[in-house]
Formats: sequence, structure tokens, C-alpha cells
Amino acid sequence: MLSVNVEHRLGAFHVKAQFECGGGVSALFGRSGSGKTSLINMIAGLMKPESGSIRFNGETLFDAKRGIHVAPGARQFGYVFQEGRLFPHLNVQQNLEYALWFQKRKVQSSHQNTLIELLDLGLLLKRRVGHLSGGERQRVALGRALMAQPRLLLLDEPLAALDEPKRLEILRYLQTLRKEMKLPMIYVSHAVDEVLRLADQVVLISAGQVLASGEVEAVMGGALTGLGEKVFEGGAVIQGVVQAIDPSDGLATVTFDGGQLTLVGHNFCVADTLRVRIRAREVALSLTQPENVSIQNILQGRIERLEHQGQTHVLVSVAVGTVLIRSRITVRAMRQLQLQSGMTVFALIKAVSLDR
Amino acid sequence: MITEQEWAIIQLSLQVAGLSVLISLPAGLFVAYCLARWEFTGKSFIDAFVHLPLVLPPVVVGYALLVVFGQQGVLGHWLEAHWGWVVAFRWTGAAIASAVMSFPLMVRAMRLSIESIDQRLEAAAKTLGAGVLGVWFTVTLPLALPGIITGVVLAFARSLGEFGATITFVSNIPGETQTLPLAIYSLWQVPGAEPAAFRLCILSLLVSFAALWFSQVFVSQAQRRVRGQDAISER
Repeated sequence: MLSVNVEHRLGAFHVKAQFECGGGVSALFGRSGSGKTSLINMIAGLMKPESGSIRFNGETLFDAKRGIHVAPGARQFGYVFQEGRLFPHLNVQQNLEYALWFQKRKVQSSHQNTLIELLDLGLLLKRRVGHLSGGERQRVALGRALMAQPRLLLLDEPLAALDEPKRLEILRYLQTLRKEMKLPMIYVSHAVDEVLRLADQVVLISAGQVLASGEVEAVMGGALTGLGEKVFEGGAVIQGVVQAIDPSDGLATVTFDGGQLTLVGHNFCVADTLRVRIRAREVALSLTQPENVSIQNILQGRIERLEHQGQTHVLVSVAVGTVLIRSRITVRAMRQLQLQSGMTVFALIKAVSLDR
Repeated sequence: MITEQEWAIIQLSLQVAGLSVLISLPAGLFVAYCLARWEFTGKSFIDAFVHLPLVLPPVVVGYALLVVFGQQGVLGHWLEAHWGWVVAFRWTGAAIASAVMSFPLMVRAMRLSIESIDQRLEAAAKTLGAGVLGVWFTVTLPLALPGIITGVVLAFARSLGEFGATITFVSNIPGETQTLPLAIYSLWQVPGAEPAAFRLCILSLLVSFAALWFSQVFVSQAQRRVRGQDAISER
């Protein structure tokens, strides 16, 4: 358990954040320049906050009042940087073993072999760093950070410098690591899909402040607070289980508490758990069950809430089973349908509009 | 081909230049690191002071050394009283003069290479458990190596050619302080010895050129290492 309560001023920029992260993957999510990197650097010990405290599993790593500041190396955290930061004068193997040079405790060689295998680094070991591709670099950086068996893994936008195919490749490696290593992680990102795929909890950061934190579904859906709208496009995030896959059409059926969704994609397996993001502006509402439409997902639900957003928009929350789906419609559409809370409506969602 | 006397002069010159570099290397590295990394009041003053030998007349530097290290000088007196060391009019004194004169060149080269190191790599090393010394020896020093070699070779070559400060501080004593340039100068004063002086000029050129060429080989190899490429094969 990591608990952070810090305050720091960087010129005109002011970071003031308090949050806690449990086991599993916690995402620090926010736009670039929101202070995420500063926060993770404070956790790593590379940056010293002006005031506050940082604790990990009951151990105080930083306390301004008591003058405690544990050196980065002594925190036993692994850190994967956005740009890899591999040592250019060392080859891949030496980079991987770097942390072991300074370790007092013994690290089992089986751990090293497992890591090299998990990250497919075997063929790269003798290569020099200058000859690696972007994706290979990040794999080595991951291995290097994990080699000394850290207590916590910090990742600062590790995929941001990669092109799309490489990004998906490393994302798969991260999912494997998440499954294989029982290691808490702090994952800094501004990409919604990375958070949806990896994170168990999310801390939403904007302008150096924590806007919301908690379960991914709740925070990323912007459900309870609506604060998410300031940072990213809101909607709903639903967790479901893959029920069936139709490879010929390239579609998957996902069941969740309240129904079924059809979405595009077949690069996952039956019984996989995944999160689906439904953008509010992609959801249309109908008072009757429509027929002869191309829309693949028609979910019956009850209007929970209507919230005006400015002069023109209304955000309608529709309860489908235990899940809230959000639809952003115009004020005129609301008037024409005479929508009120408590009414039964059908939410229409195109399969191609679903992100995962 | 090369006379015994000429060999002796070359040997003495290499000996003086070698000791000169040994003296200035630790100090040069320290000063270069401070100037590259630290911000402190009086930094520009230190910077200017380090560069003084580059612009002062060498005679002035030689005279200053005589005042400080001479047997009546503050440091010279102390060295003799406590350690029995005398540097004035000795080859060790010639090395000190060369060290002072070549110091700015050494510091410049090292400072530039330390400044060009990506400090984020040092931060990465810290998160992997390296302490201050660990970071210095496993990241900073290896990455600064091309600049350090350049600095050492420049200082070495500059020492081989040192004349003004040396002749003022330790005089021109054959077999003790008479290095290549001083020997050439002496021969020039003797009527009919121009051919011998010319031979020494050629030798001086060869020695300096060899030093620079060796350093080029070392530096380009070290640079390729620092860029993370193979030292042998280039892609």
C-alpha cells in the first residue's frame, strides 16, 4: 500500500495531491502537463516535495516535517522511463544486470531467466543498445527495472514514444507481466485504452490536483463526479466477459451485468475479462425498440438522471442492469422525446464505436 | 639514426609531459565536474582563473611559479622542510610548469564532455540502486571518457611543447630540465648547429603527431561505445 500526500511548487505550477494505491496496477491518469510525472518522480525519490509525506507498506520514504528522504536506490522501486534511458555504454545484458551490481540481497537466477523469457530478451543479450528498435528498448528497460525484484514498479508513459504496432506489442508484454508477477505497479498515462486494459484503480489528475480516484469503471466513466469531462471524453466503462467470438465477421460478444454487447475485434479469447468504453456522444436513445436498423447493440434501460451540460447538451444516464450507460444528446432531442427520469428507453450503440 | 643525446632529450620530454598529466588529471577532472554541474557564487571567477594560463605571457606564469615553489617561496619552502622535496630547477618543476600551462586545455575538453552527458541516465542509475560514487564510476565516468582522453592528450601534447614558463621556472639545464623545445632553442644559439636543431624539430613534430593520432583512435573507439554501438564493426 502506497500512500502519497505531497505539496510542491514548480514556478507557477502547483502540485497538491493526496491519494492511496493498493496492490495491482494503479494508473495516474491525466493530460500531459498535469503533474503526473512530477508525482511519480516524488514516489521514486528523484524529486523532493516541499511538504507532505510518502509511505509504502508502513515505511516512511519521505516526511518533510521529520526530515526523512530515503534515497531512490534504497526504496527498491523499479522505474521504467518514457524514453527507456538505457545506458549506451553497456550492452543489453549489462543493462539488465545493472541493478544487481548494487544489490546486497541475493536475487535468484531463476528470476532472471523468467524475466528474460517473459520479455523475449534472450536473443538481444549481446547486442549494443544503439542498435535496438524502440520496442526492443522498452522491453530491455522493463527487464532492467524488474531485475532486482523491486517492491513496486513505476512506469512513466512507457508506451508514449512508440508507434502504434510497437505500442500494442509492449502493451501485451505489460499485460503478461501484470499476470505473471505479483507486483504492484504505478502506471502514468494519458491514453485511455492503456488504463482500461491494465489498471485496477485509477487516480485522475488535473493541474496538479487529484480530481477523483477509485475503481477504473467508476472514475473512467466519470460516473459519480462528472469531473472526468475536464480531462477526457466521458461516457461509461463496462467490465464484461467474452462470451463468444465470430471470427468470420470479426466480432465478439461480451456479457456484462445487464446484457450483452457486440464489438469489433477478435484478438482475445472466450472467457477473457475486458473493459469496454462507451463514449456518451456515440449513444443514441429511442423510446421504442427500433427495427430494421444497422445498430448492433440495443439495450433496454431506465433513465436515472438528466444533467444539462451548457445550453445545448444533456447527459442522460440510463441504468441497464446494474450498469449506468451515458448518452449525450441535444436539448432539442430531449424535448422532442419528452425524456424524464424513470422512463424506459432503448440505448442504441454502434458496434464500431466501442473502444476497448 | 637517432643519437643517444637526442634519445635522452626525447625521454626527458616524455617523462616531464607524463608527470605533468598525472598531476593535472585529478584536479582537472574535479574542476571540470564542478564547472559543468554545480552552480555556485564565484563560478565565473573560478572559470576565468582556470583559463588564465591560456592568455598570460608564459614568462609571467613561470615567474609566479618561482615565487610560490622556489626554495624561498611559500610552498617551496614548506615542501623542502617537510618532505625534502625540491622542485625548482628540477625536472619535476618542469612537469609542474607544464601542468599549469596545459590545465585550461584539459579542463575545457573534460567540461564539455561532462556537460553533454544526459543527466536523466544518472537519474535512472539512482533508481536502480547506485549511490553517488556508483553513478560516477558506472555512468558519468564512462560516458565522459572520450572527453577525458581528449583532455589528457591535449594536455600531454601541450606539455611537450611548453617553453616559456619552463625556462623561467626551472631554467635550461641539459639532462635535468632541457626538454625538446628548450634543446632546440639552445642549439639555435650555437653557430653551425642548425642541422642538429632541425633534426630535433622533426623529432618534435613526429612525437606530437604520434600522440594526437593515438588519441584519435582511442577517442573514436570510446565515442562509438558511448553511442551504444559496436566498437569493432560499424553499421
